[in-house]
Amino acid sequence: MDLTRRGFFTATGAAFAASMAFELSSQSSALAVEPASDWKLVNTEERTNVCCYCAGGCGSLCSVRDGELINVEGDPDHPVNKGGLCPKGASMFQLRNIVDPKTREVMKNPGRVTKPMVRRPGASEWEPITWDDAVAEIARKVKETRDATFVETEDGLTVNWTPGIASLGGSQQNSEEEYLITKMMRSLGVVAIDNQARV
Amino acid sequence: MTSHWCDFRNTDVILHCGSNSVENHPVGSKWLNKAHELGAKWIVVDPRYTRTAEMADIYCPIRSGTDIAFYGGMFNYIIERLIEPNLADYLAGKEVPDYNFEYLLNYTNASYLLDPEYDFDVESGLFSGFDEATKSYSNNSWRYQTDSVEEWDTTGAYAWAVADGVPEFTPPVVKHPKRDMTLADPMCVYQQLKNHYTRYDLDTVCNICGMDKETLELVYETYSATAAPGKAGMILYALGQTQHTYGAQNTRAMSVMQLLLGNVGVPGGGVNALRGEPNVQGATDMGMLVNEQPGYLKWANTTDRSSLRKWLESQTNSDGYYTNKPKFMISALKEWFGDAATVDNDYGYDWWPKVPSKKTDPDYTHVSTFELMSQDVIKGFFCWGMNPCHSAPNASNVRRAMANLDWLVVADLVATESATFWKAPDMNPADINTTVYFLPAALIYEKPGIVVNSGRWLQYRYQSLEPWEEAKPDFEMCDLLWTEICRLYEDEDGANPDPILNTKWDYYIDGKIDPRTVAWALNGYRISDSNLAEGKVDLLPSYSKLAADGSTACAMWIYSGFWNNNNAPLDPSAQPVGRRDNNDESGLGLYSNWAFSWPANRRILYNRNSADMNGKPWAADKKLVEWTGEKWDLVDQADFVAANNGVPVPPDDKSFFMLWEQNARLESYGMVDGPLPEFYEPFESPVGENLLNGALSSPCMSFAEYESTKHGDASDYPIVATTYSVTEQWQGGGQTRMCPALVEAMPAQFIEISEELAAEKGIESGDKVRVFNNRGSVEVAAVVTKRVKPLQVHGGQQHLVGLTHHYSWAGVFGTEAATVNDLTPNVVDPNSFTPEYKAFLVNIEKATGGER
Repeated sequence: MDLTRRGFFTATGAAFAASMAFELSSQSSALAVEPASDWKLVNTEERTNVCCYCAGGCGSLCSVRDGELINVEGDPDHPVNKGGLCPKGASMFQLRNIVDPKTREVMKNPGRVTKPMVRRPGASEWEPITWDDAVAEIARKVKETRDATFVETEDGLTVNWTPGIASLGGSQQNSEEEYLITKMMRSLGVVAIDNQARV
Repeated sequence: MTSHWCDFRNTDVILHCGSNSVENHPVGSKWLNKAHELGAKWIVVDPRYTRTAEMADIYCPIRSGTDIAFYGGMFNYIIERLIEPNLADYLAGKEVPDYNFEYLLNYTNASYLLDPEYDFDVESGLFSGFDEATKSYSNNSWRYQTDSVEEWDTTGAYAWAVADGVPEFTPPVVKHPKRDMTLADPMCVYQQLKNHYTRYDLDTVCNICGMDKETLELVYETYSATAAPGKAGMILYALGQTQHTYGAQNTRAMSVMQLLLGNVGVPGGGVNALRGEPNVQGATDMGMLVNEQPGYLKWANTTDRSSLRKWLESQTNSDGYYTNKPKFMISALKEWFGDAATVDNDYGYDWWPKVPSKKTDPDYTHVSTFELMSQDVIKGFFCWGMNPCHSAPNASNVRRAMANLDWLVVADLVATESATFWKAPDMNPADINTTVYFLPAALIYEKPGIVVNSGRWLQYRYQSLEPWEEAKPDFEMCDLLWTEICRLYEDEDGANPDPILNTKWDYYIDGKIDPRTVAWALNGYRISDSNLAEGKVDLLPSYSKLAADGSTACAMWIYSGFWNNNNAPLDPSAQPVGRRDNNDESGLGLYSNWAFSWPANRRILYNRNSADMNGKPWAADKKLVEWTGEKWDLVDQADFVAANNGVPVPPDDKSFFMLWEQNARLESYGMVDGPLPEFYEPFESPVGENLLNGALSSPCMSFAEYESTKHGDASDYPIVATTYSVTEQWQGGGQTRMCPALVEAMPAQFIEISEELAAEKGIESGDKVRVFNNRGSVEVAAVVTKRVKPLQVHGGQQHLVGLTHHYSWAGVFGTEAATVNDLTPNVVDPNSFTPEYKAFLVNIEKATGGER
């Protein structure tokens, strides 16, 4: 089983495979839908991932069917966690979907915001905004603040600062994203760039 | 970590100080249980009897904020009991089974002679070189005496430094230090260390830390038993050590302890920071910090790094591996600016913003960012999955500061406290003119990418499915914003557009932003055979191929080798980062064919130190590297020069080759607040006096002068408080409070109170308690417990309390009015600028109507 699974991943990074944690996944009524007569993970595609909480780097398996998440569980092949996950890791499924307490149906997590929003000066509520408009407005504000606060030279030294803008965060992103954030901010002249590593 | 999770099982003694890993790193900590099963002793030093303490053999309570007294006592114990009684015997050639003198003498700077001006004055609590006016040190007197000097041979080994395309710079001069291998010279590091810590006797340490002498002695005895050659002790720490005004000195202290015991670089040893965010290791590597560049290089500044030449001259080590820094730096600039970077324009160095670094300049790190908002200096703010309105120290001050912003952009999964600061219970939205944009972010399984764990393993996350609705990965958000900003600067006038328009941004496959091309940039490539815009790349096998002449590009030299398979550059599973072979050929849990560990797939850093001067492992059954007489037999990737141009290099004492002296520093001139860890009370101390020296708090701590910090005295706030986390919730709570199962499992934050303090205050478990100081007042539920006990400090009884901090007003499933970080002080360590969350003063009372 392990070798087969590993062979699949090595070849493709993903595989159609059965899950070892079916029993676990339906033990808690707080965590799962009503046990179905069919095996929950039938015909799912598994892809490996890494937990989004502490820096243990525990491996996880995400099972997907028809473009929807069916299950998240620990990766039994992973050397650090060998299939185990802590309560937070074990509930990563709920970051996307939860079980409706009334209907017991899986639904999108209502706590998650999945459309851009804007809050205007003095307003007491959010309003919707399109991505295009949000990007255009933010880029315009970045330019205005940069142009208003930019320092090209100080005491004869080229410094190229934008003291008026700060950027915070990065420990939640993937490494490629960290590089892009850093590169964008530094090239804008931002000095105040910091992340969770500071605290 | 210098080690990694699976290495825990190799240890003989585990020491937890400032970490509750069984609670906060519950799965990785199973490797500690494995060690325990194999017979390891387990020690926990913590203000509170934690889940980790429950697992341990020895639990020793400590007053929050007194770690250096504890470590100093350990140094004194090691010197008095193990080094002094045996040194003469060792020097006379006798065998000493209990202490590893060979390690101390050859692999550390114990024998190095310090400048004759080096001094510490107990009365003032100051080292030599202190300037009262600026509250800062000059480190000149903390350096070594020079025995001889040596220049780089630019016709031989260093010919690359003067090759075509390499910017001109004056190479550094090697200053070989004077040493006394008998450790008798009064100016040698060992003698200074010995003198320094004689004050840290058992009684004094107990009186400061609130410890029981018998327990403390047992801790010291048990842990220092790892000084025997072949034995390994492991220190595990987390924010309990770093979040102090002397947090960086805590990490120094742990390093000194591990070096004195010969525990660095051996299996089951090391100095192991258990990091708490999924990619905080990556963010640190990436230099997403004011003064840092990717790969632990230093960012440009206005003083010693004000030009490329100055950078090269101040940053290039005279000896050891960091003599190669010019190669890393020029390759980083070539990746950043592409063809626009040439030797004639210093590879674009001056386009980079130079961090203001004169002593009179404002600071731009986390805490001071909010001061600069209060002062109307910072007007626009990007928040990438971070929630300072909840988690920054003195959080109500942060919220007020953010109300001065013109605009705020928050990229996150949920509308956090930071996204909704204008709706906070203490805010009136009508008064706040900040425009706030919320950009919905994709989840980890809704996008692909690399994440780095605490053991430095780079692992790949495959995308499983599309994000919900309009949520987008951060890489896509960056690309949208960057493209639009560039368009504005191309079409319109504006402040110097050159740094923007010369930045290379060619991370596309088929016209779509693609993180795999960023992975190429991080790994590094040969420029002549690459054209990223056309999807063509010639990946470098490792950082050893980087050049300083502009022929290679590499954003992150330490990762080089993680994505180097040119046969399938777009397939992560064909790259070292994607490896999934979990066979453990080493028998030591190295798992060298699983993913990739930076640098160079090295699993245990400083591993040369696992073997003696002849290259023979200290522990025969735990071999990482061994000299066979002809070559090095490498179980782990060598963290030293094992071969030169294919010719094996026999063992020598250059065991820490990332330092120019290539020996580890017991004494270090690199810290801004002292060359040895010295004990100072926290910013807010419950006692009026420092029993070890004449300075109460750290003479160098930063931001105590801010009006917003509002120091509290023990007369008003007599209780020591600290903060911590629980398994079921996480950090600012944005993610965990959106998961109903986790809200059900841990529905509220709480304060832990000893039975004695509860009796004094008339509080019962479940009561609402008001916790307050000069900065804030919060109401949380009381947990009256035996896990916290009053300690005997300075001859009197000292109460301690602890608070969890995961809740606040925002969110859907789990909310609470109280933001615990309204209480914590925004003062910071002068080296790391990390705030002091872990020791501050409060008072408590039962809240009005606070009965259960």
